[in-house]
Amino acid sequence: MHEWALADGVVTTAHKVARQEKIKKISRLRIKVGEVQQIDMEIFRNALEQIIQSHDDLLQGAAIEIDIAEAVLKCRNCGHMWTFQQAMKQLSHDESEAIHFVPEMAHVYIGCPECCSPDFEVAQGRGVWLDAIVGE
Amino acid sequence: MDPRIAVIDKRLEQIGKIIAVSGGKGGIGKSSVASMLALVLTRADKKIGLLDLDFCGPSTHIILGIRDVYPTEDKGIVPPLVQKMRFMSIVFYAGDKPSPLRGNDLSNAIIELLSITQWGTLDFLIIDMPPGISDTTLDAIRLIRRTQFLNVSTPSKLAFETVKKVLQMQKELMLPIIGVIENMKGVDSVYIADAVKALRVPYLGSVSYDDRFESALGNVDDLVSTQFAADMKHIVQHTDTFNVGKER
Repeated sequence: MHEWALADGVVTTAHKVARQEKIKKISRLRIKVGEVQQIDMEIFRNALEQIIQSHDDLLQGAAIEIDIAEAVLKCRNCGHMWTFQQAMKQLSHDESEAIHFVPEMAHVYIGCPECCSPDFEVAQGRGVWLDAIVGE
Repeated sequence: MDPRIAVIDKRLEQIGKIIAVSGGKGGIGKSSVASMLALVLTRADKKIGLLDLDFCGPSTHIILGIRDVYPTEDKGIVPPLVQKMRFMSIVFYAGDKPSPLRGNDLSNAIIELLSITQWGTLDFLIIDMPPGISDTTLDAIRLIRRTQFLNVSTPSKLAFETVKKVLQMQKELMLPIIGVIENMKGVDSVYIADAVKALRVPYLGSVSYDDRFESALGNVDDLVSTQFAADMKHIVQHTDTFNVGKER
């Protein structure tokens, strides 16, 4: 996913949660990002800061933690498990970029190292979610 | 909570109408109708986006001869402007390789595409839907809340059996249905028109079977001179949703 879209989504979701929980000021926000998303942390942090500084009182001054969740792939055909890091070593720059924008393209460019099947699941390390929001 | 879903509405907020060209059955001409609809509306000075959601068999880029263009990055992904329309397809990321995606992966891929794509201001976003009434259709309903459905059938009773199920589902969910276009019409028959009207769904008209269409694929100038294009233009001009003057 694109870092700016993700930052926009995080801020929008934080607002939604704050409304639901009647939080007026967020002091801490923890975001978990699956490794498959291949987020550039510097761009993501920069995007978050710019969005928050331009029009966001709710998140001004909040401590933002970003954790990357290691991705593990599991073949549905033979059961073999391997890491996304191992799979990435086989990919070209363009293939890696395609997976960055649409992570499901992993099924186009990555096959099980044991049986070559593209039918694998991302057992962990897929997606983006707000893990914790603290405020008052 | 998934932050991706939160931005989808934002990405679509500057779009006037969102039209999903559907029908459930494969091979009935959804992609051809979606592509031609986009062309006809573009030539009526409407600002158009075309989104190919058929991840397993994307074909609108072939119909419209779109090649050697790619999205650019600007706080997301900006679809290239081709034939005066914004165009987005999974082919930009999968190339000509197969995309063997299961249901949950399909849903995630759709969410990613919808959340990263910066369409800007459009009069219409035309979505070419894949066959079937499962994952992608349900996701389009769930994620793109303002979608109106333009359905395609052929004159075949077999094709209509599936289209009928799609229409029934759309009606049960109280989704906005623009109507049904009968594609590849060869002989005079009112079977589809009557069957559509019996479901209280607008029958928008027919598009003649045009044997020049196949050879026109990939060449927009040839495509717009086909009978297929003339019939689609007639339907567009006589369907209120599109708000296109008859003189054009």
